[in-house]
Amino acid sequence: MTAQAEERDDESREPESADKKQPSAETPQASTGKERRRRLFKKKDMPGGLWLKCESCADTIFRKELEGKRMVCPSCGFHFTMPGAARIDFILDEGTFDERFAELTAMDRLDFTDKVTYAEKIARAVERLGQNEALLSGFGKILGRRVVLAVLDFKFMGGSMGEVVGEKISLAAELAMTNKLPLVLFTSSGGARMHEGMLSLMQMAKTCAALSRLNERGGFSICVMTNPTTGGVTASFASVCDITLAEPGALIGFAGPRVIATTLKQELPPGFQRAEFLLDRGQVDAIVHRDDMHETIASLIDFGRKAWSDESVDA
Amino acid sequence: MDLGACARAAAWGHYAARGPAPAPGVSMNFESRIQELESQLTELQELSKRTQLDLGDEIATLEARLQSAIEATYSGLTAWERVAVARHPERPVASDYVATILDEFLELHGDKVFGNDEAMLTGLARIEDQRFMLIAHRKGRSTKERLACNFGCAHPEGYRKALRKMKLAAKLGLPIVTMINTPGAYPGIGAEERGQAAAIAENILEMFSLRVPVLVIVIGEGGSGGALGIGVGDRVLMMEFAYYSVISPEGCAAILWKDGARTPDAAEALKLTPADLTGLGIVDAVIPEPVGGAHRDRERSMQTVRETILRELADLEARNTDELLESRWRKYRDAGEIEGRFPRVPGV
Ligand SMILES: [Zn+2]
Repeated sequence: MTAQAEERDDESREPESADKKQPSAETPQASTGKERRRRLFKKKDMPGGLWLKCESCADTIFRKELEGKRMVCPSCGFHFTMPGAARIDFILDEGTFDERFAELTAMDRLDFTDKVTYAEKIARAVERLGQNEALLSGFGKILGRRVVLAVLDFKFMGGSMGEVVGEKISLAAELAMTNKLPLVLFTSSGGARMHEGMLSLMQMAKTCAALSRLNERGGFSICVMTNPTTGGVTASFASVCDITLAEPGALIGFAGPRVIATTLKQELPPGFQRAEFLLDRGQVDAIVHRDDMHETIASLIDFGRKAWSDESVDA
Repeated sequence: MDLGACARAAAWGHYAARGPAPAPGVSMNFESRIQELESQLTELQELSKRTQLDLGDEIATLEARLQSAIEATYSGLTAWERVAVARHPERPVASDYVATILDEFLELHGDKVFGNDEAMLTGLARIEDQRFMLIAHRKGRSTKERLACNFGCAHPEGYRKALRKMKLAAKLGLPIVTMINTPGAYPGIGAEERGQAAAIAENILEMFSLRVPVLVIVIGEGGSGGALGIGVGDRVLMMEFAYYSVISPEGCAAILWKDGARTPDAAEALKLTPADLTGLGIVDAVIPEPVGGAHRDRERSMQTVRETILRELADLEARNTDELLESRWRKYRDAGEIEGRFPRVPGV
């Protein structure tokens, strides 16, 4: 998948000792050589990650200020990628996260080795991030409403979907089904995890199988696509939820922009594959600013109450 | 979706516009010994004809040597060489199957919303008394056709056309046969604008609800999500020299090795052959090809597929529909899993 291409490319450029909080290392959507150079330059130039440059408006921002603003650019409103744990802190009511299936760990079933073994890549990511996989899931509350939440973490191998991510999405859908709760997903991913070969492609079918059953039983699902969501994740569970939301400026697509530009040898239209572009072309239900995210989701849940025969709100 | 695929497609278009060129991504170098013997044989046969000499013994000896060279070569192909066979320009494509093994075919065009994607061939098909809906990636045979079909890379309207016809099949109680042969879904501006990802996702989701048997056959290239977009079924079969992969070997080598020369290693690592995939429990069975690949004996290869379709559909149609859907669901819910590795949510 081309999206993976960009994701992998990005990950491998990130040095092991990279400042993990530096969002610039997580945004792989540079579509031109110029942007790419700017990004590399920026990284070298600001080793402490105290300051960073917005990839959308190119303004220099003090990182503390950015964090205080929920990782939203104060100049242009671009929504920087939120790491998984930060996303959970942000979206759930304090102290309500009840994580499930955290123990599931990837396996190197193909003995996949490029420059290093896949087993080693997993081990490094686990150690660096203190979590076993790219998906965090469990129960929680959003403004008092109980939900099953699943969050893809771009920091863990580009949020790529292998067996564990696919399984955890499916398990989350099943938890939502058996507990009659709304399913809320946040995605940021480069696509399928190619180190797992066809086992990773099969996760597209697996997650859709789980969502198809959730739909049959009258479940209610909301997916928020955040920057970036591409490849096999966009082409599976993320696109078949009842409601598709996007954060402002998020790159969302099937193939990555770099690949399209290279393949077609053509300039891409301005804003191509950004949330606003997709809204304009009828691909998403709404774009929601982070400041409005809680209320929007809460309101959607209230509209979806009758999806189940029982109440799903215990607030 | 597939970097290599479309770069290849683009390169092809480029070459095609200038005149004949070898199919991109296909190096049949491993056939050099075979080709050498083949040309010797041709020479000998011509010589015999021209000079009226009886060279029967010499020709028979050479034929035997050729046959054993083919057998030796094809029993030891690497993964990357297999990919080259799967992409071979003479390998049977959807239109060949339609012309050769179907007793009746009524093509149904269009998604009835946006357009008619030539890269997706759909229609009502019959072999003997067995009627079914055929859904197939179309690569085309002539250069003109290949360009019109984008080399088998479908757009969203192609996937939507496929879904529309599959739903019609379900309504009419006709089983569905899909033939996968694509380098990947088309990565372009229009494809993204019209929701390529969503179209594929929708197909995957909806294929779980089709209340008729679905037989999937990978006849050539199984290129990633673009393949899976018509690839959810009760039985998934692969031709002996087909491949099925999450990414093209070229794309994988470029990303992980950052070196196109490592493409053969990527092909090996991806475990994309029918043997690998039956081993992982992702593919149900392999359809054998003639010695030396389908391109060497197209007719016989296609007849095997014809018999397979008849046999498989008869089996699937004998099954109870609810059970069929439940087992289709289970097949993908647990796809390729090691038993007991993952927990189960009680009550599912
Ligand atoms: Zn900005």
